[in-house]
Amino acid sequence: MAVLIFADTNQGKVVKSAFEAINYGSKIAANQNTDAVVVTYGNISTEDIAALGKYGASKVLFSSGLDQMYPSQLLKLVTAAGEEVNADTFIFSFDHTGKTIAPMLSAKLKAGLVSGAIDYPSSYAPFTVRKNVFSGKAFADYQINTDKKIISLLPNSVETNADGNNAEVVEFNPDLGENKVGIKEIHTKGGDGDILLTEAELVVSAGRGLKGPENWGMVDELAKELGAATACSRPVADIGWRPHHEHVGQTGIAIRPNLYIAIGISGAIQHLAGVNGSKVIVVINKDPEAPFFKAADYGIVGDAFDVVPKLVDAVKKYKAAS
Amino acid sequence: MKYLVCISKAPDTTTKISFTENNTKFNEAGVQFIVNPYDEWYALVRAIELKEQGGGSVSIITVGGADCDPILRKALAIGADEAIRINAEANDAFFVANEIANYAKENQFDMILTGKETINYNGSQVGGMIAAILDYPYISQATSLEISGNTATLKRDIQGGAEELEVDTPLVLSAAKGMAEQRIPNMRGIMAARTKPLKVVEPTQAEELTSISSYSLPAEKGQVKLIDPENPEELINLLHNEAKVI
Ligand SMILES: Cc1cc2nc3c(=O)[nH]c(=O)nc-3n(C[C@H](O)[C@H](O)[C@H](O)COP(=O)(O)OP(=O)(O)OC[C@H]3O[C@@H](n4cnc5c(N)ncnc54)[C@H](O)[C@@H]3O)c2cc1C
Ligand SMILES: Nc1ncnc2c1ncn2[C@@H]1O[C@H](COP(=O)(O)O)[C@@H](O)[C@H]1O
Repeated sequence: MAVLIFADTNQGKVVKSAFEAINYGSKIAANQNTDAVVVTYGNISTEDIAALGKYGASKVLFSSGLDQMYPSQLLKLVTAAGEEVNADTFIFSFDHTGKTIAPMLSAKLKAGLVSGAIDYPSSYAPFTVRKNVFSGKAFADYQINTDKKIISLLPNSVETNADGNNAEVVEFNPDLGENKVGIKEIHTKGGDGDILLTEAELVVSAGRGLKGPENWGMVDELAKELGAATACSRPVADIGWRPHHEHVGQTGIAIRPNLYIAIGISGAIQHLAGVNGSKVIVVINKDPEAPFFKAADYGIVGDAFDVVPKLVDAVKKYKAAS
Repeated sequence: MKYLVCISKAPDTTTKISFTENNTKFNEAGVQFIVNPYDEWYALVRAIELKEQGGGSVSIITVGGADCDPILRKALAIGADEAIRINAEANDAFFVANEIANYAKENQFDMILTGKETINYNGSQVGGMIAAILDYPYISQATSLEISGNTATLKRDIQGGAEELEVDTPLVLSAAKGMAEQRIPNMRGIMAARTKPLKVVEPTQAEELTSISSYSLPAEKGQVKLIDPENPEELINLLHNEAKVI
């Protein structure tokens, strides 16, 4: 038996959420006295592959050659790797790739899937894992009732540490079959230095209280000083003040950074649904009755146009001092 | 083109969540149910638009009890042609996917659309499972969809960007924001929906792979700590020393 962890790659690098998944999978493997094996692919360096061992994997099955793989081929790769190491537990990240492949694998193997797990299994018999339901308004303890199990882990849910040793790397190139989907074009968003919202540990977000797109300079500056990604409320994306991929909430993306700073956002329940997993929430709003304060850890009641520039200065001072 | 749109019933987005039966059941008392927003705004509306452009039919399917009929009528009022309800409790994504796949196998659709996730279980599972069962290509979280002949062109977000894909039908996709705009049903649509067919089909009794053993609510947030707007240094200090997030 083994725990098999799928590590996604993007543009020559293993994605950050994969490190969390490997840590997670290797703790489950340790608990079950089995091996944690990683399967990955793409145009990544041998050092980067071996370094996956630091997160707890003893072995990495590496499929070279292909840089981009398509769902059906990734599914074949993971299925073949699972057979190779006799895996009974499969770990994915609950990200774009994991959301595509994990359900397909689940149906193919008839292996129960808990998607978006937020913690380690609370019990192994019955196998029980917690996840968010009702868009973060509640938790459910899911029981997987099949011999084979699949978990996809919500990013930023568990601590990662990298204190292990390099892993053994094995070339693994099973037949991946034909690909029925053609990629016409790939666009990368934003500048090179931009921090991906879904991976960001710190997020600065603003809403309709900012009055217009021309006022986002101070928001961007605060984000830059903190090393944070930027986000926004839905109306702001709908009116076109900010790009759609920044929209967080029930109908946008759900994030769970360590710190979420909300500026001029009222805190409607649909907005909270996308951010209530944040570890610490700071709200800046001129209305002391804004519902967001009820969900906040720290709050400043004040006009964003006064408070944010001062906050930027305070961050600069803090950085200069540390 | 024959479209099949998977519709699920979801509690209204403002619902206060609570549980009954020793925290094993969602408390439905007083809850207003809606069509899951991703299924309605994006998948269903886009299928209807494409049918209006290129012809064909839009069928909607749900796995659920008779309490789902009002949301099926709503989807018919928006413009779907017929509704199918698989008469079974939907407790497990694989069960749901299997029932839908079985129906789709017998009735041959060119395109099966789901929402990117339900707002109650947030699984993002059913679409991928249907695709795997039928051995169709699966495009998850598509933000745009065009059709020419039997080739679909789709955009989807990926890690740090977006990609544009081309794939021949039949296929399964899950729809995310961007695919279409919400449509409010008009009076004619609502009247027409009353006479459109709503077929009830008995389930084939597929297996369930998972179950929910209990629900819980997150701990209440403590009182918010208010900071003097003239003293943002204090906030930075607290974030660094107390919350330890910077
Ligand atoms: C089905 C459905 C799904 C939805 N999904 C989402 C979603 O995914 N994400 C989302 O965000 N919304 C979503 N919404 C919309 C949501 O209900 C709210 O309308 C929206 O979040 C409000 O955005 P806002 O806070 O930016 O604007 P507003 O509600 O207009 O709030 C602006 C806030 O700014 C404050 N303000 C004004 N001026 C200043 C100033 N100078 N300084 C400081 N503060 C100031 C005001 O006091 C107010 O609290 C959804 C709605 C529905 C019905
Ligand atoms: N009971 C159901 N009946 C029909 N379709 C469903 C059902 N549950 C989920 N779906 C579809 O599958 C999508 C993803 O659901 P989920 O995997 O639960 O997040 C939804 O957006 C629906 O389109």
